[in-house]
Amino acid sequence: MFTRHDSLKSGYDVVIIGGGGHGLAAAYYLARDHGIRNVAVIEKGYIGGGNTGRNTTIIRSNYLTPEGVKFYDESVRLWQDLGEDFDLNLFYSTRGHYTLAHTDSAMRTMRWRAEVNKHYGVKSEAVDAAFVKRGIPMIDMSCAGHAPILGALFHEPGAIARHDAVAWGYGRGADRRGVEIHQETEVTGIRLQGGRVVGVDTTRGSIATSRVLCAVAGFTPRVLDMVDLRTPIYVHPLQAMVSEPLKPWLDPIIVSGSLHVYVSQTARGELVMGASLDPYELHQTRSTLDFAESLSAHMLDMFPFLSEVNVNRQWAGLADMTPDFAPIMGLTPVEGFFLDAGWGTWGFKATPVCGKTMSQTVATGRNHALIEGFTMDRFARYQLTGEKGAASVGH
Amino acid sequence: MKIMICPLNGARPVSEFAYGGEVRHSPDADTCSDAEWSSYVFNRSGSPGNKYEWWCHIASGFWFIALRDTTRDVVIATYPAERARQPLPPHGGAP
Repeated sequence: MFTRHDSLKSGYDVVIIGGGGHGLAAAYYLARDHGIRNVAVIEKGYIGGGNTGRNTTIIRSNYLTPEGVKFYDESVRLWQDLGEDFDLNLFYSTRGHYTLAHTDSAMRTMRWRAEVNKHYGVKSEAVDAAFVKRGIPMIDMSCAGHAPILGALFHEPGAIARHDAVAWGYGRGADRRGVEIHQETEVTGIRLQGGRVVGVDTTRGSIATSRVLCAVAGFTPRVLDMVDLRTPIYVHPLQAMVSEPLKPWLDPIIVSGSLHVYVSQTARGELVMGASLDPYELHQTRSTLDFAESLSAHMLDMFPFLSEVNVNRQWAGLADMTPDFAPIMGLTPVEGFFLDAGWGTWGFKATPVCGKTMSQTVATGRNHALIEGFTMDRFARYQLTGEKGAASVGH
Repeated sequence: MKIMICPLNGARPVSEFAYGGEVRHSPDADTCSDAEWSSYVFNRSGSPGNKYEWWCHIASGFWFIALRDTTRDVVIATYPAERARQPLPPHGGAP
């Protein structure tokens, strides 16, 4: 599927650190839209082996801030014809997305989100309990009696996709256009001269380059140490798990902030489930029984008939969190060093639009208009973006 | 990490504790620059390493300091909260 390159060249126009969806998408659009093909993607593991292959594959744009809604809506639009673009089946499946409200205040937030969404042309509606029951006939509307469902935010374009294929598709598309993908190659240092990037050191040799894009999710702070930059990013693990395959019974995607559950059923019939961020900093992808236990308990509140269903697998990814639940993107104080980070628990759905906007930012040296609300200097100006529509975070 | 040694209550399951973030010392608000202050408010040492952290034993409301390796998830030592007023021993971990 990819060309294997025996060695690194002595220099590239752009070096992208991180061969996940975001890095590969940026490489693909750099080559396709900007004609920059002398590009290396440096990946310390294998492509799509990080958070690209560890998320729960939900795609939606029903966010709360205007910056977020516009950005993710562009991403949802880009998703539509990717499969054709790649000639690869992404199993992109539009399911409809319910964010359940169990309290009056949650209902109020759903109406707020629906209005912001509609204002920007995104299909979202605040719906009542009867609508929810029609959409999800198998659900216990009382949630075992202690968290009755009052209504929901219904987001029709909500979708799921096969996440590995996204990395493979972007990777193959970039590879065919001349981008070099170097797996099992770790960046060990970034060389600066007079405050600007001049090269990258790796476990397979040194490269000269004037432009570096860092797209490494939970490893961002370690790469930032190499260029002496500090950010608000902190890393907590995010766990997920999957059940044994079942006959299709759950068409839409269900999220409950109060019960800390999000769940969808894949094309293979497995239930993919997630909950919330682990409660403390950790740079490790271990699994815990606490997580499986509490998530199962909340799943049973909604769907008691699942009590005999087995959990097949459990895993974790390293989420690079920010204080306002919005990413940190674009130019940095180090000339030639571009950042696509702070994607915490919400990065998969943004893969195409991140690739699009970051490739333009790297090609032109100016931040793309869609990422202006996400720049690194917003913290020093105390102008946070406040994206409370993010997944897996308490709000 | 499944057990935490609380300086007050001894060995307890980690589910009884809440994490309170890294122990940090604020710059003097009257003399520091705007950039130093916003950096103190927002920036964190995000890389893994041995870090001094605030933890609270929820059942007893007891706050204390733990030196923890955030790569291996191992608590190396715990200290009562009063220790935050004195310099903590160097640990050769996070910056």
